[in-house]
Amino acid sequence: MLSHLRTMWLVFIHLFRKKETIEYPEEKVALHPRYRGRIVLTKDPDGGERCVGCYLCAVACPVDCIALQATEDENGRRYPDFFRINFSRCIFCGFCEDACPTYAIQLIPDFEMGEYNRQNLVFEKEDLLINSQGKYPGYNFYQVAGLEAGVKKKGEGVNEETPVDVHSLLP
Amino acid sequence: MSTIVIDNKSYEVKQGKNLLEACLGLGIDLPYFCWHPALGSVGACRQCAVKVYKDEHDTHGKLMMSCMENIKDGLRVSVADKAAQAFRSQVIEWLMTNHPHDCPVCDEGGSCHLQDMTVMTGHDYRRYHFKKRTYNNQYLGPFIHHEMNRCIQCYRCVRYYHDYAGGKDLNVFAAHNHVYFGREQDGVLQSPFSGNLAEICPTGVFTDKTLREHYTRKWDLTTAPSVCQHCSLGCNTIAGERYGQLRCITNRFNSQVNGYFLCDRGRFGYEFVNSENRITQPLIRNQAVEAVDETTLMGHMRKLMTDHTLIGIGSPRASIESNVALMQLVGKENFYQGVSDNVRFIEKRIVEVLQTGVVKTASLQDIQQADAILILGEDIWNTAPVMALAVRQSVLKTAAHHALKHNTGIPTWHDAAVQELVQEEKGFLANCTITASPIDEISSCIAHNAPDDLARLGFAVAHQLNGSLPRVLVDEDTLAEVIDIAVFLQQAKRPVIISGTSCYNEALIRAAYDIAVACKTPDKEVRLAYVMPECNSMGLAMMQAPSFETAVLRATREKNITAIILENDLYRNAPAMVADLFFNSVQHCIVLDSLNNLTTQQADILMPAATFAEGDGTLVNYEGRAQRFFRVFMPGQATIQESWKWLLKLQALRTGVLNEGELHPEDVLKQAEQLLPQFAGISASAPHHDFRINGQALPREPHRYSGRTAMLSNLAVSEPKPKQDNDSPFTFTMEGYSGMPPSPLIPFFWSPGWNSIQAVNKYQQEPGGSLKNEQAGIHLFKYNPHAVPVYFKDIPEAFMIRNDRWLLFPQYHVLGSEELSAYSKGVRELSPETYVAMSASDMARHGLTNEHVVTIKVFEQNWDLPVKADSSLPNGLVLIPAGLHGMAVPNWNAYVIIMKGNR
Ligand code: SF4
Ligand code: SF4
Ligand code: SF4
Ligand code: SF4
Ligand code: FES
Repeated sequence: MLSHLRTMWLVFIHLFRKKETIEYPEEKVALHPRYRGRIVLTKDPDGGERCVGCYLCAVACPVDCIALQATEDENGRRYPDFFRINFSRCIFCGFCEDACPTYAIQLIPDFEMGEYNRQNLVFEKEDLLINSQGKYPGYNFYQVAGLEAGVKKKGEGVNEETPVDVHSLLP
Repeated sequence: MSTIVIDNKSYEVKQGKNLLEACLGLGIDLPYFCWHPALGSVGACRQCAVKVYKDEHDTHGKLMMSCMENIKDGLRVSVADKAAQAFRSQVIEWLMTNHPHDCPVCDEGGSCHLQDMTVMTGHDYRRYHFKKRTYNNQYLGPFIHHEMNRCIQCYRCVRYYHDYAGGKDLNVFAAHNHVYFGREQDGVLQSPFSGNLAEICPTGVFTDKTLREHYTRKWDLTTAPSVCQHCSLGCNTIAGERYGQLRCITNRFNSQVNGYFLCDRGRFGYEFVNSENRITQPLIRNQAVEAVDETTLMGHMRKLMTDHTLIGIGSPRASIESNVALMQLVGKENFYQGVSDNVRFIEKRIVEVLQTGVVKTASLQDIQQADAILILGEDIWNTAPVMALAVRQSVLKTAAHHALKHNTGIPTWHDAAVQELVQEEKGFLANCTITASPIDEISSCIAHNAPDDLARLGFAVAHQLNGSLPRVLVDEDTLAEVIDIAVFLQQAKRPVIISGTSCYNEALIRAAYDIAVACKTPDKEVRLAYVMPECNSMGLAMMQAPSFETAVLRATREKNITAIILENDLYRNAPAMVADLFFNSVQHCIVLDSLNNLTTQQADILMPAATFAEGDGTLVNYEGRAQRFFRVFMPGQATIQESWKWLLKLQALRTGVLNEGELHPEDVLKQAEQLLPQFAGISASAPHHDFRINGQALPREPHRYSGRTAMLSNLAVSEPKPKQDNDSPFTFTMEGYSGMPPSPLIPFFWSPGWNSIQAVNKYQQEPGGSLKNEQAGIHLFKYNPHAVPVYFKDIPEAFMIRNDRWLLFPQYHVLGSEELSAYSKGVRELSPETYVAMSASDMARHGLTNEHVVTIKVFEQNWDLPVKADSSLPNGLVLIPAGLHGMAVPNWNAYVIIMKGNR
């Protein structure tokens, strides 16, 4: 009996608390930057595509909803020829973002992806690519990777020595 | 057997092995880099350290490299010891201080031995914060990509390329902590075995450049066990597909056939499957709309099948299933081999000789184990490349064996010590061919002669071995060679005689057989190998049908003939004149093929045939070994079907018996067994289509396969049902039995913790040994120890040089001479330009220099070709490159006239 009254009292005082429910969609929710919503492909500080087509996001995806094909430009820089996410399958787990070695693929706080037609949930690279570095500004994979792909010369990357002179036997 | 103790557990292991091999063989994971089963140990990388104890009272032990530790009874070691573990993980950490950490853009990633070993040792965090060493890369040609930063200095590449394969243009340069593995300068790798670098290098320094063009990770490939289609050796391969395109070929280990290595033609020749030139739709020519669907095609065919005399032209590059289906459709008496009369004649002799069962055939493994080899007339370097690699191993191994006889302290796996001991010594190899090849370097006895003279040399050797055989008059130098060869063959315990069809000379076949029989004694194993022109030449020859010329003759005599041509560009197998005559004489011409060529242009009806990657089939290799290749993927167009499927449908039209239930490859093979008893047993060459393990089919895709729900979602968001394969135990998905399948059904090598091709260790009975439960195809030639040998005694006349006439022979090239591989971009790039080769003295006599163009005249045909000197070629012979695309086929082994042209 006492507990019933206590419960009713607690419910009653909630009437005077600040309201949590918002008038969505007139009013928008404020979400944290790390909220896992729609997936985007971001760009390098110098504006190049960040994705290097390594297939790690695809293999990490538990529902296998990412498919891509890597290709490369005349400098040997890898990028995805096509990059497709089937959002009708995506469970927004963020594994792809965790797997991505280049910070290219990121989940952003946009969840407004309702569609009447399921086919419209298939996003191609053009739909995914945004003109921003997203959550990780300043990172450029090709500056820290060893290979030369038109971004930096051999030996000019972060923490690299100038290329070895194979004709030298000096220590 | 010795008893050794590993981590306080005792094991029985074989003697003569090293500790690393023993551990891996016992299933104990021990990291390694510089050791390779085919290369032996050098103890360079320090990765395989274990603790070795003096006796059971020794608690301290000492760190030793397991790959350098011989197995001896009572050996006590610890793999799990803390200090040994820490040492191994430190070695990796040191190796990684300079590593570029490129994995996302490294083609090795996902099948990288360095990744696997790093994970295995537990090194996961970089503590070294100083700068990384860098290197500039080199251009190494169209097949191999170079990224030197990733090197861990294990020396495997040089030990393979230089020591194992005999290549000269890849080496190690510079010194101490910046050694460099590459060429002296940028340029195409010269060895035809360069592709193996991609597998032998445990990192991403050397990778497959053709895969790079459509890069796919190993885990994303749909793969199936396959058999190389580019020569008669039948090397086992794994073919991988993604998005409807064939992406790469890798080696499929098999202890009897190719072992660990492929040649570049086999590895990089796959691009024809993706060629623009593919035939994708049935065509009925000479009507308004030529491209038709299957129903229209079959409607059109019904009349043709019943109202006409059908003749079938088989093919040396089509499967047994397809050739047999064609034979059944047209009837045995109307089936012809699609090869010329002279080739058929030689191949018939080969089949006859092998069917006697007097001598065993030599597998590539037997050749590696041989202690004396005689090559009689076959340019194996160019016609059967991996056989040349096997011959090289025989030469090296025999020398090592000799050297070790007197130095019992050195174990055979100790590569560096053995090489030091052997120095330049070589096992016996006699290379008797028309002209020089890179094999000469390792030969103890070299003869370059006209084929008839080579055959005479062969018969002289046979006489030397068995005095009751007819004597052959040869000159003094040759006689010295003959005696030399005979002595070595007589001393050898496991001699191998190799010959083949490439000289267009049947006497060579007989001579090789006579030698083999003559040196056969009860205490030794003599073996015989005949190289054939194409991947299923042996299978076709065993069908014993008449030649193409016979079919032409019949077509000119009879009316109302409809010819069905199976996967065969007749313009490559017969002079254009003959082929033209054939097409003009037959009334209708139905062609089944996968690529457009001169023959398909003549077709009234064209049916798109599946390639090896899109269909199932069985090939019989040069030793009579029937091996099955499995469909890798379903072709995009349903109209592309295996030839044998098309032919079965035509047969149903013809007999009017429809829908008698679907026939599987093994059913067609069973029919073959009934039709042709020489094929007895062939239907057992691979497990049947309903083979299951624990009720489960076998997946073509590894369990990490990605993109299933997205790869086709651009077309329709609901995933289609996976394609069904009713002809094999494989599925097109990642579901199914995940353990180790029987050896003919291995679609990829993978084992937990072993993602790279090195996982093959786990599939072997012992490292480098045969696969667990190995079934390396079915031998169709049965050895009969009681067979009574009959010698051939018909010896050809010596070759006589004629005035102003030259005898014309083909010069084969690894890259360029084979039809299908030549569609690959890289192969085309490295194919030779046309030329005619002549002996230097012939050229001088006729005032020719290397800048001249000459006209070669054979019958009505003329070729204008630049002439080049070949210092090893005998006078009176000329060679022109064989099989180049766009070059008409002359009559080989015929006299030609040569007219001097312009400079
Ligand atoms: S993990 Fe990142 S870099 Fe790799 S393919 Fe995916 S998005 Fe591109
Ligand atoms: S060699 Fe292996 S470890 Fe090195 S970058 Fe390539 S995949 Fe990574
Ligand atoms: S290139 Fe590869 S095989 Fe050669 S030493 Fe370096 S890591 Fe070893
Ligand atoms: S040797 Fe012949 S069968 Fe073997 S890989 Fe080369 S072409 Fe293929
Ligand atoms: S594998 Fe033993 S030292 Fe390299």
